Amino acid sequence: MTRILIQLALLLGMPPLLLGVINKTKAWFAGRVGPPLLQPYFDMLKLLRKGMVLSQTTTWVFRAGPVVTLASVGLAGLLIPIGRWAAPVAFAGDMILFAYLLGLARFFTTAAALDTGSAFEGMGAAREVTFSCLSEPALFFALLVLARLSGSTTLSEMLKGPAGGFPALATAPLVLIALGLFIVLLAESCRIPVDDPNTHLELTMIHEVMVLDHSGPLLGVILYSAALKLFILGAILLHVVAPFQTGAPWLDGGLFVLEMLGLAAVVGVVESVMARLALRQVPHLLIGAMISCGFGLLLLLR
Amino acid sequence: MADLVNALLVIVLVLNLFALGTSRIIRVIRTVAVQGALLGLLPLLVHEHITLSVIMVSAAAIALKGIAIPAIMIHALRDVRIKREVEPLISLLTSIILGALASAAALLFAGRLPLASQHAGTLLVPAAIANVIVGFIFLTTRFKALSQVVGYLVVENGIFTFGMLLIEAMPLIVEMGVLLDLFVGIFVTCIIVNRINRAFSSTDTRLLVALKG
Repeated sequence: MTRILIQLALLLGMPPLLLGVINKTKAWFAGRVGPPLLQPYFDMLKLLRKGMVLSQTTTWVFRAGPVVTLASVGLAGLLIPIGRWAAPVAFAGDMILFAYLLGLARFFTTAAALDTGSAFEGMGAAREVTFSCLSEPALFFALLVLARLSGSTTLSEMLKGPAGGFPALATAPLVLIALGLFIVLLAESCRIPVDDPNTHLELTMIHEVMVLDHSGPLLGVILYSAALKLFILGAILLHVVAPFQTGAPWLDGGLFVLEMLGLAAVVGVVESVMARLALRQVPHLLIGAMISCGFGLLLLLR
Repeated sequence: MADLVNALLVIVLVLNLFALGTSRIIRVIRTVAVQGALLGLLPLLVHEHITLSVIMVSAAAIALKGIAIPAIMIHALRDVRIKREVEPLISLLTSIILGALASAAALLFAGRLPLASQHAGTLLVPAAIANVIVGFIFLTTRFKALSQVVGYLVVENGIFTFGMLLIEAMPLIVEMGVLLDLFVGIFVTCIIVNRINRAFSSTDTRLLVALKG
């Protein structure tokens, strides 16, 4: 019971901290002091206390968007083993449910954007869906590699790997899918080089443009689910790149938190040293991720 | 060791695709430099006993392909003042996909070859074939003289990888000779690139068919 409580606390409490670490890293690179580490929490609390403006052209879909997104991303988080603890919910084939819970979240975000009737938001929705067409196969290839390696279709067992660690033969496919998963992570959580979370120029942004009309608590929920998505995908990536375990559950938990913060710092470094790609080059990057993961599968099957 | 070698070779294959997908020539050169340096580590990993000659091959490969050749090429690039491959024969995305297909085909093909048992588990053969094909994609679809040099470099990386299979049988002098040839070849080409640019104010190799004595 305590195990599940700790896991839930990590899953629900830690995501905004990752945003704080990313911002702090970027500020450090730019030579600024930067906002405090806990700033994302303050922002979200502030947004939750604010009033909400609803356009008269919108319907229930607009309000359901963020809520369904949060619910499905949260549920997807329950399927992922955090650190060395098994996932709270696990059954055979839950990797498909995981992928499509993220898909459902995306569908409702784009539906809410289209519901406003704004041309800009429609554009953002079109971009989001186009890019996810390319990042979803990459995710599936990566999951297939893991399923093949571990001989199981349950996310908990897939991510833990076979008993005694991954076989030596698996190094090359794992390197490839780690690369692909990292790009998927950047694309899905709308970080540079795919999307710039700080930009407010409607012509070039993807995710931010879809949530232009949301305000107050709904915007807070959207920010929180984006952070949660980053956390979940990061947890998957960490299982692939850093399958260390000490055996003591507390030590493993601490290690996981450290690794997660390290990953956030890496994302911050990537954001600091790279410029955002031109929109028409984003598909190249995502196709690269897809090829990389597909290659991993090919190496394994050959 | 096999898993380390494989991980290295996979990174090399990904760098191939990355090089195919970038239009800035300087970035392509740097990518291929990193690739050459990584491949320079291979002799240390493939060998069971690390001897002085192995260390020398490795050091020479890293120094030449990772540092000296890229430095010469970047110098030549600065002289001719071009930044990107403006109009490749096929779009960059198509060449990435072609490169990926080539690598996949190389993997499948190498799986059918009757290899010696100690090489069956590693990716040396498929990586070598894939590198050679990707090098040829560079040579056939890019028209700037420097991009063509990059193509030769990628082909040589493939040949170097293939040479790892024979490293026990092949004397050090052969490997050194190949590296020296490559170095001199690229040195000369970079000077020629400079001359071509001065004479024709362009480094487009398609214009060379119009040369008259």
